[in-house]
Amino acid sequence: MAKNLFEKVWDAHAVRELPNGQTQLLIGTHLIHEVTSPQAFGMLRDRNLPVMMPHRTFATVDHIVPTNEFHEPYSDPLADAMIKELRKNCEQHGITFFDTNTGHQGIVHVVGPEQGITQPGTTIACGDSHTSTHGAFGAIAFGIGTSQVRDVLATQTIALNRLKVRRINVDGELQPGVYAKDVILHIIRVLGVNGGTGFAYEYAGDVFDRFTMEERMTVCNMSIEGGARVGYVNPDDTTFQYLKGRPYSPEGEAWEEAVATWRGFASDPDCTYDDVVNIRAEDIKPTVTWGINPGQGIFIDEAIPSVEGVEDGQKASVAEALEHMKFEGGEPIQGKRIDVAFIGSCTNGRLSDLEDVAHYIKGHKVADHVHAIVVPGSQVVAAIAQEKGLDVIFREAGFEWRGAGCSMCLAMNPDKLVGDQLCASSSNRNFKGRQGSPTGRTILMSPVMVAAAAITGEVSDAREVFGVLETV
Amino acid sequence: MELEKIVKVTGRAVNVAGDDIDTDRIIPARFMKCVTFDGLGEYLFYDVRKDEDGSLKDHPLNTPEHEGATILVSGQNFGCGSSREHAPQAIYRAGFRAVIAEGFAEIFFGNSTNLGIPCAVLAHDDRVALSEAIEANPALEVTIDVDTQQVHYGDKTVPCVIRPAAQMALTSGKWDPLGDLMDGADAVKATASTLPYLKG
Repeated sequence: MAKNLFEKVWDAHAVRELPNGQTQLLIGTHLIHEVTSPQAFGMLRDRNLPVMMPHRTFATVDHIVPTNEFHEPYSDPLADAMIKELRKNCEQHGITFFDTNTGHQGIVHVVGPEQGITQPGTTIACGDSHTSTHGAFGAIAFGIGTSQVRDVLATQTIALNRLKVRRINVDGELQPGVYAKDVILHIIRVLGVNGGTGFAYEYAGDVFDRFTMEERMTVCNMSIEGGARVGYVNPDDTTFQYLKGRPYSPEGEAWEEAVATWRGFASDPDCTYDDVVNIRAEDIKPTVTWGINPGQGIFIDEAIPSVEGVEDGQKASVAEALEHMKFEGGEPIQGKRIDVAFIGSCTNGRLSDLEDVAHYIKGHKVADHVHAIVVPGSQVVAAIAQEKGLDVIFREAGFEWRGAGCSMCLAMNPDKLVGDQLCASSSNRNFKGRQGSPTGRTILMSPVMVAAAAITGEVSDAREVFGVLETV
Repeated sequence: MELEKIVKVTGRAVNVAGDDIDTDRIIPARFMKCVTFDGLGEYLFYDVRKDEDGSLKDHPLNTPEHEGATILVSGQNFGCGSSREHAPQAIYRAGFRAVIAEGFAEIFFGNSTNLGIPCAVLAHDDRVALSEAIEANPALEVTIDVDTQQVHYGDKTVPCVIRPAAQMALTSGKWDPLGDLMDGADAVKATASTLPYLKG
């Protein structure tokens, strides 16, 4: 029978049915970080349990690492305690740790793919909701809670309900100046922040066929913002080409065998889905959020919604969002003066994101009133970017060039908004207080749009600022 | 390990109004700099309850009438956002034993169930009526019957939905799955041996 990728991977990893009807699912690859794992190791210690397959868990430190302080002890004693706890747990259980002194540390969802640990046809879990990122490789990858981190450490499995699968086709051609970030912000706007609850999203169509791995990762990363715990793209030659030669990728004969196996996991042409959604690529424009959840997005040339203009069920949410953002309904979003510009995160902190921006900002300067920072997604990204001279381009334009980490995406390190600062951000969440200040305000957008805002000092259409439309 | 069979939760309830209450709202990330979950209850809904200077905001969570409430009531897509178990841990440690909402985000729902916190879904109109009743009478006793999938309060009984697997896990005292998962260790090794990437 024809199957989609989700069904194939699920069936290959389903161990057995549990008494309550859930599936005991084998987790082939487990990624951990310092925030959601220490309690899980504590639970193991309490019950005197070993880690079942320590070689299938990989650790890095990302959420709390300072991006401008490179020596321990960190000035924040809590952060310092967390990194030491992770180091201790990894040593004790024989788990590979991409520590800060390895040159391979970084955001867990950047490190897994760049090391070749993320592979097609596998199951991947991590105590982090953006684990859906790894679905870009045709893996079933999802975020789990700390008790489930414990379950994976102890049994290499978790108890889970099978998801339904929605295929989202984006066909046609994206307009110049429209990025993967715009595609996923648009999808979430169309399907809603809870539209994906109970679903895995299969992203497909012309646009995804042409996308690079890094673009696919940007989209899969934000699946959870649309309520979908899992998002994936079928593996193809683009996937295999990306993986070839990476540290954890198979080599020689094993490589050929692996590619054949991986190819077999792709959805069969005549398989079925629980739902199919079609989106025209030409309809998507650069998208920015105006509110306090990632579904509250508009095209850059649209007006901010007003309470009067939306259905009854949405009025309270729109009113709350406008109040927090200090915006009036009906105003244009373009021209809103920003205070901070942040380029980074597991959504948009990869090399191609930095290259896209560097290409345009040469000869431009960040506006005087804007604090602009660039935080590479990993030490590897930072090293390659520096080799290419991107750090110099950013610095000359007035950006601060930082060390790798999650940084101002969730502000668990010293990088935070102050008061009600407005931030143009390439990250994934615009929740109230997300960037470290309870009254801070976030506008999500693509990295190139963040750069345009940094330079003009206000929310701007990057296509106009950088003359994108004239150059094509 | 013997766990409590969670068949009914009875107590006073408190409204946290709004849809899409995210996990950053439930427990802001700055309070997650910890290596245990102890003490998280204090920071539950911190920025919802407090101003930046630490003074209390006008919110039902701060009123003496709602002190000791054990059931949270909210709108659609409660618990959206991050996978942080710190959110249901904070809810539990602040004394809450169940959540009623119009819908729950996937990861939050699973995390809560694994801690023995029933998450009951109510239809919009029923949820609004319940919230109004709680607002009118903070002393109102509310019961979630996990077994019959009903919510009782005053002279009202309305249907609620708790997903079958969660319902069974809660009522049979098997909401922490670790024991069941460990029982399958041999089957796990057998499945792993069929997957090339796990053989090596």
